[in-house]
Amino acid sequence: MTIGSIPLRFRVDIDHERCMLCGRCMENCSYGVFRKDDDKIKVNSRNCVACHRCLAFCPRDAIDITEKPTDYRSHPLWTREVREAIFNQARTGKIILAGMGNALPYPVIFDRLVLDACQVTNPSIDPLREPMELRTYLGKKPSQLALRESASGDIELLTKLTPNLQIETPIMVGHMSYGAISLNAQLALAKAVSRVGTFMGTGEGGLHESLYPYQKHMIVQVASGRFGVDINYLERGTAIEIKIGQGAKPGIGGHLPGEKVCADVSCTRMIPEGSDAISPAPHHDIYSIEDLKQLVRSLKEATEWKKPVFVKIAAVHNSAAIAAGIARSSADAVVVDGFRGGTGAAPRVFRDHVGIPIEAAIASVDAKLRQQGIRNEVSLIASGGIRESADIAKVIALGADAVYIGTSALVAMGCRVCGTCYRGQCAWGIATQKPELVARLNPDEASVQVENLIHGWTLELAELMGAAGINSIESLRGNRDRLRSYMLDEALMNVLDVKSVGA
Amino acid sequence: MARSVRIDARQIHYTPLNQMIRKAVAEGITEIVIDNVLGQRFIADGLRGAGVTITINGVPGGDLGMFMSGPTLIINGNADHAPGNTMDRGCIVIHGSAGDAVAHSMRGGRVYVRDNIGYRGGIHMKQYMEKRPILVVGGSAQAFLGEYMAGGLLIVLGLNGVVPLSERGIGSGIHGGEIFVRGNVNDSILGVGAKQKPATDDEKHTIAPIVKDFASKFGLDPEPLLASDFTRISPASARPFANKYTWE
Repeated sequence: MTIGSIPLRFRVDIDHERCMLCGRCMENCSYGVFRKDDDKIKVNSRNCVACHRCLAFCPRDAIDITEKPTDYRSHPLWTREVREAIFNQARTGKIILAGMGNALPYPVIFDRLVLDACQVTNPSIDPLREPMELRTYLGKKPSQLALRESASGDIELLTKLTPNLQIETPIMVGHMSYGAISLNAQLALAKAVSRVGTFMGTGEGGLHESLYPYQKHMIVQVASGRFGVDINYLERGTAIEIKIGQGAKPGIGGHLPGEKVCADVSCTRMIPEGSDAISPAPHHDIYSIEDLKQLVRSLKEATEWKKPVFVKIAAVHNSAAIAAGIARSSADAVVVDGFRGGTGAAPRVFRDHVGIPIEAAIASVDAKLRQQGIRNEVSLIASGGIRESADIAKVIALGADAVYIGTSALVAMGCRVCGTCYRGQCAWGIATQKPELVARLNPDEASVQVENLIHGWTLELAELMGAAGINSIESLRGNRDRLRSYMLDEALMNVLDVKSVGA
Repeated sequence: MARSVRIDARQIHYTPLNQMIRKAVAEGITEIVIDNVLGQRFIADGLRGAGVTITINGVPGGDLGMFMSGPTLIINGNADHAPGNTMDRGCIVIHGSAGDAVAHSMRGGRVYVRDNIGYRGGIHMKQYMEKRPILVVGGSAQAFLGEYMAGGLLIVLGLNGVVPLSERGIGSGIHGGEIFVRGNVNDSILGVGAKQKPATDDEKHTIAPIVKDFASKFGLDPEPLLASDFTRISPASARPFANKYTWE
């Protein structure tokens, strides 16, 4: 090897004046940074991933973590990340595996969109005083209703309605499988969504029996590996989601490494302990849009047409045309996952370079469905990089019915977005299956935090709507007139169908 | 005495047809005969009921017995693609040929096809504990047989003088389970991650009861089959992707 060691990513410093040698940092760090030597805490900064578990539990604020303490010679093209990727691949000759969402500094479209508010000519609404309608129904809406008046004057509905999901706030928790995250993390999410009156996705990891009490709030996923899928699983979910793609890694499958397939994960996924769980890139019974229709209908037929079926795709160049195909497949909702979507593990090259932003994808899908007169056939769920309530208001104004959150729900439980989920050592007990680490996450406490987050965002949404003089989420949906672009280029403004600020 | 019912499927869409089947099973009927089946998909999709036998006269459409858990389906005719898709328990016996992706992601039970199957047969079959899916093909299978196979058993017999396997990608990405093929298999058609060896007598012994069962369903003499040489295809590694990645 001619490369030698690369500069530290993080430097951990201990203020020995403040340190009282309690050893909590050693207990909490799952990456082996700390050790006690000569009555002093010593550090190996090279092991640090900046998950901040030590900082969070140091009672004396004696730990400091500095990112990139050593500079490379700066260069706008040959960034530090590019150089370090080359070092890595020159050493190993392998594909670089990374975690969390897209790490390149692409402009964030959400941050170039501003929301409207009422002044003088129409009054804003005070959500404290006036009812604000945030309840949303996901699923097909009939294009017309057939009614019949009986002799007694009662009106009878002749149109057969399709089952819809009722959510009390347009915020759901997206699919993070048992395997990718811990059972305690899934339990916390399940308790939170049950109390809020919304839903969460199981991911492609089956449904652990300790989640059965919350199954009325679960959307079960069927992905290309079909892990954990049998008729009982399909019947337990309130809705079923077919996963075609994921924003963090469009076009490829997933590999849950055998180390994460412990006894319980093995039982839930229905595969032998320690074996790799490989989800192929495509569903091998779906090679065309006609085949997708067949899978949608096979799931409906298996569950006697009682459950909505969602289809999730990654946001890619032709999302709009693809979604129009899905809308004709008997599916009830299309989930579009933008390129900032999180993941437990994805090849870095996919995470950072494949797919398009959710803002553009949702706007173009919504526009295409409206042009074709089939917007009522499906609900639209936006996901991938939803960070705050303003993002939700904006993406609904761009045409979404509801959102899935993932990373933000994990952050609510303590995740620091260190992006090292693929190592299975999560010190917060979230993205790990190690029993001693999983035990750190108290599902009851974590569920309150997730519930608080969704509640806080829901209140903010109501305030934002009230300020815009809107008292129902339906009046915000696709309402691009309440958005203005700030410094977006004209081509993108056309895609989003928004005017410039001042226009 | 088994209670039986006969259904005429002529001009009936698959949803009402399945409703009739479910109703019959719910009423405790254990012998169902369906005549004039012509392309109806999803027959017995998600159906439960061990001890129920459904005889299908005609040609069922795709995804026959998908997610099925328990019943036996006997098809007097060919089947379209993916019979036994993600099937959990039960048995499908096809007196004819079947299309692509037969036994796709199958988790348990048996699928017997008297004649030939299309591409990707037994793809991503997987096993867990006592659940071990079995696909037996009397004739030949096309490319990508047993691709991504994670568990279970696949047998191809090459009856009636057909070459059992002649196309590429056999067992590509296989990381569990095993494939038995009567006769020799050319190395050049094996997929990445698969390896082959002549089956030992002990290995042949393990499949003998299944071959006998298959033969009994189609009125064949199992002895010449069991006396033949078999090739056993198995995973080169249980972790085909273990060395593909480096951490960021």
